[in-house]
Amino acid sequence: MDFNVIKDYLPLYIKAFMLTIKIGWIGIALSLGIGVISAFILHFKIPFFSAVVKVYVELFRNTPLLVQLFFVYFGLPKLGISISAEACGAIGLGLLGGSYMAESFRSGLGAVKLSQTESALALGMKKRQLFTSVILPQAITLSVPAVVANLIFLLKETSVFSAISLMDLMFTAKDLIGLYYNTTECLFMLVIFYVIMLLPVSVLGSIVEKKARFKMFGD
Amino acid sequence: MGFEVLLKGNNMLRLLGGLGVALYISLISVAISIFLGIILGALMTLKNPVINVFSRVYLEIVRIMPQMVLLFIVYFGATKVLGLNLSAEVSAVIVFSFWGTAEMSDLVRGALSGIDTIQYESSAALGMNTAQTYFHVIIPQIIRRLIPLSINLITRMIKTTSLVMMIGIVEVLKVGQQIIEANRKSSPNAAFGVFATIFLLYFLACYPISLLSKYLEKKWEN
Repeated sequence: MDFNVIKDYLPLYIKAFMLTIKIGWIGIALSLGIGVISAFILHFKIPFFSAVVKVYVELFRNTPLLVQLFFVYFGLPKLGISISAEACGAIGLGLLGGSYMAESFRSGLGAVKLSQTESALALGMKKRQLFTSVILPQAITLSVPAVVANLIFLLKETSVFSAISLMDLMFTAKDLIGLYYNTTECLFMLVIFYVIMLLPVSVLGSIVEKKARFKMFGD
Repeated sequence: MGFEVLLKGNNMLRLLGGLGVALYISLISVAISIFLGIILGALMTLKNPVINVFSRVYLEIVRIMPQMVLLFIVYFGATKVLGLNLSAEVSAVIVFSFWGTAEMSDLVRGALSGIDTIQYESSAALGMNTAQTYFHVIIPQIIRRLIPLSINLITRMIKTTSLVMMIGIVEVLKVGQQIIEANRKSSPNAAFGVFATIFLLYFLACYPISLLSKYLEKKWEN
C-alpha cells in the first residue's frame, strides 16, 4: 500500500463521492415521491391509474437497473429523447426506487389491521380523519423497515452508474486502475468511500427501525 | 425502431444465449448460497458469541458493500494481492455466492427463530423425540416459510448478474452492444430495439418467478 498514491488520488475520489451522493439522494427523493403517489393510487384503487402503476411496478421490480439505464441512456436517444448521464442516473434510480418504495408503502397501508378501521368508524370518525389520524401513522411505522432496506439498496445501486460513464466512485476507481495500475490502493479507497457513504445510513436505519418497533400499537 | 436487427442472422439466438450465461451464473450462485446459507443460518441460532460476532460483521459487510465493488475486489484485487488468476465467471460466482449466502442465512435465522417454543413443547408433550420433532414439526414449517423467500432470492440474483458485463463476461447486455456495434451502418437505431428487447427478456425471466414466490407466500400463510 502506497500512501502517497492515496494522497494524490484523494481529491478525485472526493469529487466522485460528492457526485455519487448528489445523484443518489436526488434519485432517492424522486423514488420516495413516486413511491408515495403510486402507493396511494394502489391503495385507493383509482381506476385506470392503478392499472398503469401495477404495470410500472412489476416492470421495474423485475428488471435490473443496469438494463434500465442502458435503455434510457442509449435506447431512448434513437427516438429523439436525449438525456444527460447525470439526469439519466437520477431518473433511473428514481424509477427503480419508486417501484420498490410503492410496494413497501402499499404493504404498510395494507398491514394496518381491519379492527383499527372498524374502531375508528365506531368512534364516529369521518373517512378523512380515519385515514390521516389512524391508518396513515400506523402505515408509516409499519413500512419503516422496508423503506430503510430500500434506501441502502438504492445507495448501493448507484455503483451501476459507472456503466453510463457517469464519473462516480466506481468509474473513478476503474479509470485510475486502468491508467496507473495501482489496483490495491484504488480498491482500498473505493471500499473506504462506500463505507463512509453507507455505514451511517445502515446504523441510523437500524436505530430508526428499533424505535419504530416500539411505537407499534395493538398486539 | 431498430427491432429488425434482431431478425438478421442468428442475432436473437445470440441474445438468448447471452441471457443463458446470466441465468447459468445466477443458478449456480443460488445453489451455493442456499446450501451455505442454511448451514450458516442454523449456526447463527446457536447463540455462540464467536459465530455471532463473525456473522454480524459478515452481514454488515454484505449489507453496505455494492456487489459491483465486491466484483472488482475479487476480480482485480485477488489477482494483484494474492496472485490468483481467477476467471471472470469464477469471480462472479464467488461474489454472488458471498452475497447470497448472507441473505439466505438471515432468512434461515429469521425462519428458525420465528418458530414458537410452543411448537417444541407440544411435540414433547405428544411424546416425540428430538429427531421426530424436527422432521415432523419444525422443518416442514421452516420450509414453507423459506421457499417463497428463496425463490425471491433467485430473481434478485438474476437481476444482479447483469453486473458481470462490467468485468468482461459476455452476457446479454454485452451481446446486445456487439450487435449494435456490428450493425451501426445498416440500422443506426438498433440501440433502441436491442435494449428494449433485453429489458423485456429480463422481465420475462424474472416476472414468472416473482409471481410464483408471491403465490406460494399467500398459499402458505398461516
